[in-house]
Amino acid sequence: MKLIIAIIKPDRLEAVKQELYKAEVNLITVNEVLGHGRQMGVAEVYRGVREMGNLLRKIRLEIAVNESFVEPTINAIVKGAQTGNIGDGKIFVLDLVECIRIRTEERGGEAIG
Amino acid sequence: MKKLFSFLFLLVPVIAMTGTLLAAETPPGNDTGDTAWLLISTALVMLMTPGLAFFYGGMVGRKNVLGILMQCFIILCAVSVQWVLFGYSLSFAPGKGFWGSLEWAGLKGVGLAPYSDYAATIPHQLFMVFQMMFAIITPALIIGAFAERMKFSAFLAFIILWSTFVYDPVCHWVWGIGGWLKDLGALDFAGGTVVHINAGIAALTTAIFIGKRRGSTQKAILPHNLPFTILGTALLWFGWFGFNAGSSLGANEIAVNAFVVTNTAAAAAGLSWALLDWICHEKPTVLGTATGAVAGLVAITPAAGFVSGLSAIIIGLFVSIFCYMAVAIVKPRFGYDDALDVFGVHCIGGIWGALATGLFASKAVNPAGADGLFFGNPKQFVVQIIAVAVTLSYSFVASFIIYKVIDATIKVRVNEKDEIMGLDLTQHHENAYTILE
Repeated sequence: MKLIIAIIKPDRLEAVKQELYKAEVNLITVNEVLGHGRQMGVAEVYRGVREMGNLLRKIRLEIAVNESFVEPTINAIVKGAQTGNIGDGKIFVLDLVECIRIRTEERGGEAIG
Repeated sequence: MKKLFSFLFLLVPVIAMTGTLLAAETPPGNDTGDTAWLLISTALVMLMTPGLAFFYGGMVGRKNVLGILMQCFIILCAVSVQWVLFGYSLSFAPGKGFWGSLEWAGLKGVGLAPYSDYAATIPHQLFMVFQMMFAIITPALIIGAFAERMKFSAFLAFIILWSTFVYDPVCHWVWGIGGWLKDLGALDFAGGTVVHINAGIAALTTAIFIGKRRGSTQKAILPHNLPFTILGTALLWFGWFGFNAGSSLGANEIAVNAFVVTNTAAAAAGLSWALLDWICHEKPTVLGTATGAVAGLVAITPAAGFVSGLSAIIIGLFVSIFCYMAVAIVKPRFGYDDALDVFGVHCIGGIWGALATGLFASKAVNPAGADGLFFGNPKQFVVQIIAVAVTLSYSFVASFIIYKVIDATIKVRVNEKDEIMGLDLTQHHENAYTILE
């Protein structure tokens, strides 16, 4: 089991969702987060005071999958989120120790799907 | 500090003197009641533009809400100045031409005595500033069509040119002395043609040529704050009492009639839209009810001084049906992205209102008006059709030309990156909401 965490641009969320549905990955959690990478955010001005390096809005996806779904999920996220511009985001893949479905108390791979 | 005090001290007699001068010069003919009501009405109509800002602002994405508020606010600033410099003169100075004339430019000759051809019992300047508020809200209505994708500089240029080359001439034709639609006998009590049809068709023009918002075809762009939209609707409804009842230009019986039918039509149209939602989509929606109320206010605008309370109910019930069809059926079929339905509500509602005036107008309500088709005068209905057709075609063509000129010089649309990041950050360097302190 793996936990896939992806940081993407907010306006790519819809495309990523569509790609995930195509890959039959239907269970996702979405967060709105702030951050910046190498482009160092944006400038804002309030009554003449310039604020540099403000954080950009990003979307963070969390998807827990069984091994056979890891590559399809990664591919779907890349396909939906890639624009080729700076700030397209990152995907992190982590080992997942356990997964429990609260309703039935099923564990492991059964519980994920 | 001492200096400041002595300066203020010196000012006192000067101010006192100006006060007595003004008091002594109060021209005869001004009625205090009428003047008081028009001062209040002017302030009410002013409030409609910020009200509209919230009505629209709630409907856009949260990365573009400041963009909407700013566009409304800067129109309040820019058109106020334009109106004093030359807008009022082009619109209302007597003349038979395309515009009035520049005789009243810079308010030359626009004093505190009444100008009886427009309003015999209030200061000419009061009539001027009341009309200023109409000139402000009309271009502001268009904002909803090109929301979330227009460059601020291009927007500002568009508004100033549109006010001068579309609003001012159409206003002159319908309301100005020597205006040819006025001479033809077209009835427009408070601005169905001048304000709503005029802005509504300009909205359609800009929506078509600027193109769709990015991503709007894959997924509907949802309102980010509907409570703002309801607040805005309430402010519009409130301000509309000044808009319509103030257009009687006096604290008189016609003002009361206009006040009553304005409220009645808005209420009937809000109910009607809620019912349509209920029938077609299982639940009555808040946004639908608010939209219906605005459509009702639009439709009653040209008719307010000429129709009775029962006619207002019919006008209100039907306007929601027509606007609903425009928004829910016509727009998806033709695929233009009139983002906040300015055409569907203001143009369609305005056309229905102008035509309904030709149907329901009655001399029993207003002896200075005319009878409509249902009261035995089919000619009035024909005149109303002409006024609608002229406004539609002129505003469409002129808005198109202005749009193309700006697009050829400074480009109207923001670039893709700016559109994705939102107008708040890219056009104004500000954020409406924080996630982290």
